[in-house]
Amino acid sequence: MTTTTAAPPATGKGIWSWVTTTDHKRIGILYGVTSIFFFLVGGIEALLIRSQLALPNGEILSADAYNQLFTMHATTMVFLVVMPLGAAFTNYFLPLQLGARDVAFPRMNALSYWIFIFGGLFLTISFFVGGGPDGGWFGYAPLSTQVGEVVRMDYWALGLIVLGVASIASSVNFITTVLTVRAPGMTLMRMPVFAWMSFIISFLLLFSLPIVSVGLFQVYFDRNLGTLFFDAANGGDPVLWQHLFWLFGHPEVYVLILPAMGIVSEVLPTFARKPLFGRTFVIFSGMAIGFMGFGVWAHHMFTTGLGPVAEAAFALTTMFIAVPTGVKIFNWLGTIWGGSLRMNTSMLFSLGFIFLFVIGGLSGVTHAVVPADAQQHDTYYVVAHFHYVLFGGAIFGIFSGIYYWFPKVSGKMLGERLGKWNFWTMFVGMNLTFAPMHILGLNGMPRRTYRYGEGLGFDLWNMVATIGSFVLAIGVLLFLINAWRSYRRGEVAGPDPWDGRTLEWTPSSPPPPHNFDEIPVVQAEDDFWHRKYGVDEHGRTVPRADYRPPVPGGPPAGLHLPSPSYYPFLSAFGMFLTTMGLVYVPWGLLVTGLGAVVMMWGLFGWSMENLVREHRR
Amino acid sequence: MTTDTAVTAAHPDHHSDHHPDPAVVRKTAMWVFLGSEFLFFGSLITTFLLYRTRVNDGPAAADVFDIPFTSVSSFVLLMSSLTMVLAHHAAGRKDWRQMRVWLLATALLGMVFLAGQVFEFTEFVHEGLTVSTSPFGSSFYVLTGFHGAHVAVGVVLLLALAFMSFGGKFRDTEGLNVEMVGLYWHFVDIVWIAIFTIVYLLQV
Repeated sequence: MTTTTAAPPATGKGIWSWVTTTDHKRIGILYGVTSIFFFLVGGIEALLIRSQLALPNGEILSADAYNQLFTMHATTMVFLVVMPLGAAFTNYFLPLQLGARDVAFPRMNALSYWIFIFGGLFLTISFFVGGGPDGGWFGYAPLSTQVGEVVRMDYWALGLIVLGVASIASSVNFITTVLTVRAPGMTLMRMPVFAWMSFIISFLLLFSLPIVSVGLFQVYFDRNLGTLFFDAANGGDPVLWQHLFWLFGHPEVYVLILPAMGIVSEVLPTFARKPLFGRTFVIFSGMAIGFMGFGVWAHHMFTTGLGPVAEAAFALTTMFIAVPTGVKIFNWLGTIWGGSLRMNTSMLFSLGFIFLFVIGGLSGVTHAVVPADAQQHDTYYVVAHFHYVLFGGAIFGIFSGIYYWFPKVSGKMLGERLGKWNFWTMFVGMNLTFAPMHILGLNGMPRRTYRYGEGLGFDLWNMVATIGSFVLAIGVLLFLINAWRSYRRGEVAGPDPWDGRTLEWTPSSPPPPHNFDEIPVVQAEDDFWHRKYGVDEHGRTVPRADYRPPVPGGPPAGLHLPSPSYYPFLSAFGMFLTTMGLVYVPWGLLVTGLGAVVMMWGLFGWSMENLVREHRR
Repeated sequence: MTTDTAVTAAHPDHHSDHHPDPAVVRKTAMWVFLGSEFLFFGSLITTFLLYRTRVNDGPAAADVFDIPFTSVSSFVLLMSSLTMVLAHHAAGRKDWRQMRVWLLATALLGMVFLAGQVFEFTEFVHEGLTVSTSPFGSSFYVLTGFHGAHVAVGVVLLLALAFMSFGGKFRDTEGLNVEMVGLYWHFVDIVWIAIFTIVYLLQV
């Protein structure tokens, strides 16, 4: 703190400035770009899967390749796309929305990113050294613990542990940020709803990741040390793995959807020009979802044979958790009700989110009914359900957020015309792809099989789904074109293009490295709005006569921003080597040792860094 | 120990900028992190409870555990919490020499505990209990092994603190660093109390 001394703020150019950056905005951009890249990777995997299933007895992929692709499609989309996209928004906008200059621990923030990208790299490398993980993203034993000649599931188990470390570090960082570095007057209940959702997500990750980490270590030890955790032949219990996995896996579902819910809760009030209806209720529903999210995991295991009492209990909790989710839907509808709506692309994606998420949510409630679930289990009906909530929900919400915040991040508006094309192709493509899967599933088509026979009644809908997936791909392509064109020569966005309500719209677009010239003193919810608008004697919203938009000056004298540092990168690289070596026990332990040394070097250099700089001065 | 909080103003009298107390920021983060660790050990202990009687043909808990021995090593670890408190107290008085003595004493007690664990593991292996004997063996070694790894990390942190304090360059944050490591150290001790009770005392 007091030892952080004068050093150039992180405004440099070139790759080195990105490697060493500790600016939460740059780290947010890094997260965003990386996850979009992995989004394309996961998308290509999905297109390969759909191509294989377009016709009966598909010939494009072998069973082995298919197993790798469905495993890595899910792993990529969950851990390398949706989670880090949430982290990208949180990184960039949490400090801005709280009126802070950065997160609580800027270097730890960089460390999280570098561990994440090395973890993603680690998982992806597996494709080139003997094949990608092939035991499903859920890694059920014995699929995950069978040891053949291959190390695929070692890559999977260790990769997820590494990504978990990155997420726990960023959760600790975000929670501390919310609890300690809010601007004066920014009480917890005045925090924007997106900030609230990020806060809740951090707790979900903090408490669920250690559980699955234990499970993943046990898988790794079963494979490499000869432990018997999930070895049914020797007294181990594979069901334990399912519990450990889903105790993480279900809170994880909310980790994936809550950022989108937060984004929608920002977008709708802005474009309806009304405060969020029942704002406190939305926040408390988020908390309720967070708490109850830990009490529903066994609904993923209704066909495991848990016994009637457990099944009834989890059926009830699963139905209950639909209540706070439903509350939010009504709050959003209440927000747009009677508002003066601006139907731009961001708004369309938010409305699309509500529509698709309701469908996915309702099919989710049908899984709570145990006898029905026994029929739906492991069929395409389930695939349809979670794609409606994860693609129609999470991804649509995230795209809404991209269109909403792109002007702030880049200083340029995204094209509206191309944007609407982007929305409608994605919307149509999404429904064409996943709606038929409801029918396929209820007709009995099982998941995770690489072929289906002719004449089973699956032909038509599989073909429709495959066509839909390519429409969807065109939609994503349109987005990339739009982003590229806007970045090159888009319309310049002012600091406040949407007439926004929250603090991130006060500084210039993009914001200066120090975020705010002067730390704002918050007086109300939606503080920025209330600075711009008042209410006249008839209760109508009118612009305040005395409002002047802030004029960008410069950082206050004597302000020191967090200095750039390469130690986070170095430590993460050390961790990468450590993990890499663990795949190839025993000779790989040499690499592990080397990695441990590099990691220690990074961490000790880190802890001495301020001191050295102090000394030099 | 790191010292990076968001942003600092160079002049403490610069009132227009809002900056939180670094001690509060860092301690909050440590508590939050320890919250996560509880779930980690909770899952390991749960696994052990599931497997405690699944001994296959190998020895059961009552066959191998030597309660008097483990009681002594538990006592050693608990005493290290006392020396940790004394180190923190000395740091509060800015008595750096005393602080170093108690930090090294804590590290030493930690190492004695670890040595006890190594001895115990060796004995158990000789009596026929390995990680591959039974789910009981697997869950016992992995749980206590992860705890031992946490103790080892704590020892490294304590030694680093003690040696880095010789130069006298860390005076600003010395007390806070000791407190942070102290929080971690006490946490590891508390987990051991749970492990000693659940894994050892209740199984024989």
